[in-house]
Amino acid sequence: MELLKTFAAHYNYFITIFLMISGLFIVIARGNLIKKLVGLSLFQTSVYLLYLTPAKILGGTAPIYEEGYKLYSNPLPHVLMLTAIVVGVATLSLGLALVVRIKEAYGTVEEDEIFAKDPEAE
Amino acid sequence: MNALSWGAVEPQLPILLVVIPLLGALLTTFLRNSFMAWLVATVVAFTLPFISIHLLVSVLETGQPIVYKIGNWEAPFGIVYRVDQLSGYVLSVIAIIGAVIMPFARRSVAAEIEERARSWYYTMYLLCLAGLLGIVITGDAFNAFVFLEISSLATYVLIALGKNRRALLAAYQYLIMGTIGATLYVIGVGLLYVVTGTLNFDDLASRLSAAIIDPGQRNAVVTALGFIVVGLSLKLALFPMHMWLPNAYAYAPSFATAFLAGTATKAAIYLLVRVVFSVFGVGMTLENLPIGEVVIVLSIAAMFLASISAVFETNAKRMLAYSSVAQIGYITLGIAIANQAGMTGSLAHIANHAIMKTALFLALGAVFYRVGSVLYSDISGIGRKMPLTMAAFAVAGLGLMGTPGTAGFISKWYLAVAAIDDGMYSVVFLIVASSLISVVYIGRITEVVWFREPSKAAAKAKEAPLSMLIPLWLLVGATIYLGFDTRATVGTASEAAKMLLEGVQ
Repeated sequence: MELLKTFAAHYNYFITIFLMISGLFIVIARGNLIKKLVGLSLFQTSVYLLYLTPAKILGGTAPIYEEGYKLYSNPLPHVLMLTAIVVGVATLSLGLALVVRIKEAYGTVEEDEIFAKDPEAE
Repeated sequence: MNALSWGAVEPQLPILLVVIPLLGALLTTFLRNSFMAWLVATVVAFTLPFISIHLLVSVLETGQPIVYKIGNWEAPFGIVYRVDQLSGYVLSVIAIIGAVIMPFARRSVAAEIEERARSWYYTMYLLCLAGLLGIVITGDAFNAFVFLEISSLATYVLIALGKNRRALLAAYQYLIMGTIGATLYVIGVGLLYVVTGTLNFDDLASRLSAAIIDPGQRNAVVTALGFIVVGLSLKLALFPMHMWLPNAYAYAPSFATAFLAGTATKAAIYLLVRVVFSVFGVGMTLENLPIGEVVIVLSIAAMFLASISAVFETNAKRMLAYSSVAQIGYITLGIAIANQAGMTGSLAHIANHAIMKTALFLALGAVFYRVGSVLYSDISGIGRKMPLTMAAFAVAGLGLMGTPGTAGFISKWYLAVAAIDDGMYSVVFLIVASSLISVVYIGRITEVVWFREPSKAAAKAKEAPLSMLIPLWLLVGATIYLGFDTRATVGTASEAAKMLLEGVQ
């Protein structure tokens, strides 16, 4: 019961960790270069949740310096994650551009087929 | 004119160090002429060493760090740039390497990159330089992540434009590993932020000591330390997380390899030292996690296994790339021993290795320019055709082995002293033994280039142009000079080591 309560109270952290691990797993386990990038994106996205979850204060307002506003949410984590999203988009688009070039050069996006064509590339 | 006087500019120097290359990158995107783009990049790259050395000298004179508040916001609220003995030193190393190789760039890039991509190539180079300098100068943990990604994204492009199609795959693999590393770092920073509510390095340091008393927060802090150390180890290619490095260095264009080998891993090493020593503090790190022992074991593994891989390699660039992994092992070894001599040796080796490895890769770049290959079978006997280039290669190679009279000897000497100070006599033996392996791999390529009959490709080659020889011999000259006059490297490194180990902010 106690365990269930802890789980319910922290369910968003469990979602974060689940996304993180599944993203990392896809990167390692899949041989398709596009699927690897999907996994990488999932992995990066989980970090947004990791930052945003503790940033939400129940009943908190925007940080207003005035009588009557006691509890506020710090906007900094949201701003940080905005930057992280930009980084993530840039990484994903560069990764996809590289996959396009790899497809042009090798004719495939499967890792094992590429290594079969270029044994030393491993 | 008053607004542009030195008195008005001087306080702005820390931010200019990042803004100048960023603006230079913007300017080069508008230039379609590759010569103009090269000129802009060269002018930009040559202003940076003056700025960084000026900053370092004034820090060393006053003994106080220079703190630049962006937008005049006070420290924990705004982002600050902070130059102290350590960051000033690493900034100078990166800026000097970034400038010295520019004369080499013009012909090498013209030969290896297609016309329409050339000016973009200089854009990427300047972005990478801005990112690396930003990592080192910033005093904010999240800002460091952003700069880490700016430099990494530019690096992937610099590598991917290599002529061989394997460069694409190498860049892709580096992108995957590099992004995982940076994301692990940012997870660690996030955990620290949740515990302390701050991202400023100094502020983090002062709040963490209070935070670890609470057992719940202590777990979060230790987890954060683990994430940050593993993430940055991926970035700095600590064995066995180095798998991306050999191919990336081997198939990147010569200019990119020479630049990255000297600077990219060094910025990641700086960030690791900054976080582990200045933020967590050595005592706390060693008490909670056996990071020191683990890193010592991995460093020694790198020194041996990567060196052995280098011995059996038949592609000269890949051979030097494996040797880089081994040399990074020496740097992390001294950091993990964490005494005065060890830190001094490691920090001195950051500069010494940057100089020697860049010289070696420049020599190979010149060979590639003339021969079109760096495979042992193609470059055999090249020493007879390009004596000046290969003589420089041999001298820098002697430095890499740690021959007395070269810069490489100085850093290994301090590492050995550090191991003796800590009573780890077996480590002294291992440092010497691994140096002997480097004698084998440098000896093997020396035999190939000097004592064999010139191959078909090598027979047609002639001496490298002057614009390639000058930067090469400047770095080789520095390798020998720093083997005798060690004030610039060891002097500064020991100041930085003292500051780190005392925990003086």
